Amino acid sequence: MDINELLKLAEEDKALMDKDTAHLTINLNKVVSKNIVPGLHVDTKELKDSVEVKIKVDDGVVIEKKVHLCFGVTHEKALQKIKMDIDIGKNASISVLSHCIFPKAVDVKHIMDAKINVGENASYTYEEKHIHSVDGGIEVYPKADVKLDKKAKFKTTFELVEGRVGKLDINYSVTGLKESVMELMSKVSGRGDDIIKIKEGGNLIGEKARGVLTSRVAVRDNAKAEVYNIIKATAPYARGHVDCKEIIQGNGVATAIPVVEVKHPKAHVTHEAAIGSVNSKQLQTLMARGLSEDDATDLIIEGLLS
Amino acid sequence: MGVLETRNLSLKLNGKNILDKLNIDLWQGHVHAVVGPNGAGKSTLAYTIMGLDGYRNIEGDIFFNGVSLKNKGVAERAKMGITLGWQEPARYEGLTVKQFIIASAKEKKVETVEEVLSKVGLNPEEYINRAVDKTLSGGERKKIELASILAMQPSFVMLDEPDSGIDVASLEKIFEGIKLLKNYGATVVLITHSLTVMKQAEHAFLLCGGKIVEKGSISKIEPYFEKECLPCEHKNIPDKGGS
Ligand SMILES: Nc1ncnc2c1ncn2[C@@H]1O[C@H](COP(=O)(O)OP(=O)(O)OP(=O)(O)O)[C@@H](O)[C@H]1O
Ligand SMILES: [Mg+2]
Repeated sequence: MDINELLKLAEEDKALMDKDTAHLTINLNKVVSKNIVPGLHVDTKELKDSVEVKIKVDDGVVIEKKVHLCFGVTHEKALQKIKMDIDIGKNASISVLSHCIFPKAVDVKHIMDAKINVGENASYTYEEKHIHSVDGGIEVYPKADVKLDKKAKFKTTFELVEGRVGKLDINYSVTGLKESVMELMSKVSGRGDDIIKIKEGGNLIGEKARGVLTSRVAVRDNAKAEVYNIIKATAPYARGHVDCKEIIQGNGVATAIPVVEVKHPKAHVTHEAAIGSVNSKQLQTLMARGLSEDDATDLIIEGLLS
Repeated sequence: MGVLETRNLSLKLNGKNILDKLNIDLWQGHVHAVVGPNGAGKSTLAYTIMGLDGYRNIEGDIFFNGVSLKNKGVAERAKMGITLGWQEPARYEGLTVKQFIIASAKEKKVETVEEVLSKVGLNPEEYINRAVDKTLSGGERKKIELASILAMQPSFVMLDEPDSGIDVASLEKIFEGIKLLKNYGATVVLITHSLTVMKQAEHAFLLCGGKIVEKGSISKIEPYFEKECLPCEHKNIPDKGGS
């Protein structure tokens, strides 16, 4: 399999032909192709067993079209290490669609280590979509340390769209200054002996900073999930919410540890966590329309993770 | 002979007799009403006929087209043509109206979804891609539930309080939906304590304390229900076990 087949798999081939759409494609630890647009700087450095990527958006630049990042591994066995340094200038705006594609993985490790700075009144949206191999021979370690300046907005979603999880260990930490907004969402479904760990931390240190951490996880067979969401609010009128739903079937095991810590009397943080099998009324309604129990369950989980 | 018959049907929940030796015949292609005060056992009867979890440990039997439903699960009964519209329909996070109705539909295509939404008075363009979740109002969810039933084309439909949460203008749409079901030959059971809804039916059963206390034509049941049941003090017992 070559990188072009990989891009087709992610339905990325068309976007990458468009010269007004910025993109960066990396296969293993090699930069394969790159396109930039005015106001956007993408610098890469290939090291022995990793790649360093620096992305910068100039102050006031609004990038209209989604920027496409593609991190692929066409090999069965490999270690892909990516160090990202992202700097979004004041009043700038960028939306990134990131595909991580490991369709052949038997023994692949993907490590992503990102430092992200979102400037004053800037906006950064990051959608990460994963395509894994069907037998789950993969370990994925996405780590991000995010700083939000005043009025900055950061929105991220993590989604496994195809294949097995393997081992996933997300570790995000976001700190927000005055009137900043953070929204983190992860949606993962595990089966077999998949292991899912999600650790998301939001620090609301500025006045009126807001944050929402949302997780939707389904585990079946012998899969295990552990979701550790923490929001700390230390400034007046900071608002936070943790929302975790996990559905378990078979021998799946799920843990949810929502932590809310409030250190200012005028801050307000709420949390909800629900772990259980599929809701019985939902299930029985669909069965009363003629769906089998399995089909009804799949549909409910599909909705939850959509 | 009814298309669905209960024979000495009794059900205990937590040691309490909720349905008590019911013998009901529901005739093919007719619209029936089951009326009675709060807590009479109306929803329980519907759940028991549908065979929902927790409602299958019956005494007596239920026959559908002469076949005992006793050892059949919900999906099996649905495949035989039986379905239920809940007093308070479920909400599904992330599931769209389109997905929900297609899952229910006999003919699984978008046109079906658009058609049934229009029939219940919802603009397909506006609703087809919305989620069947808490962002829909109670009345909208009831309409979508009915739309999913129209799409399924069942032969035996129980609608639990089809008017609850429905405004006066939309009620006509719900009644039209009921007529559509009847027109293609379905047997319909309306569970209600509303006289207006009851009048959509041809026959009624008056249920109280899990027993049939009266049955017959609407003209016979209506005065009785109005005189004996509506003023009855049961009416004020809030609905705890239902829905
Ligand atoms: N699981 C249960 N355990 C014990 N009692 C129950 C249970 N479920 C229902 N009941 C009781 O059974 C009776 C009948 O309930 P049901 O919901 O069928 O009444 P209903 O006629 O539908 O009333 P409503 O008009 O309020 O919807 C009620 O007294 C209710 O409290
Ligand atoms: Mg009821």
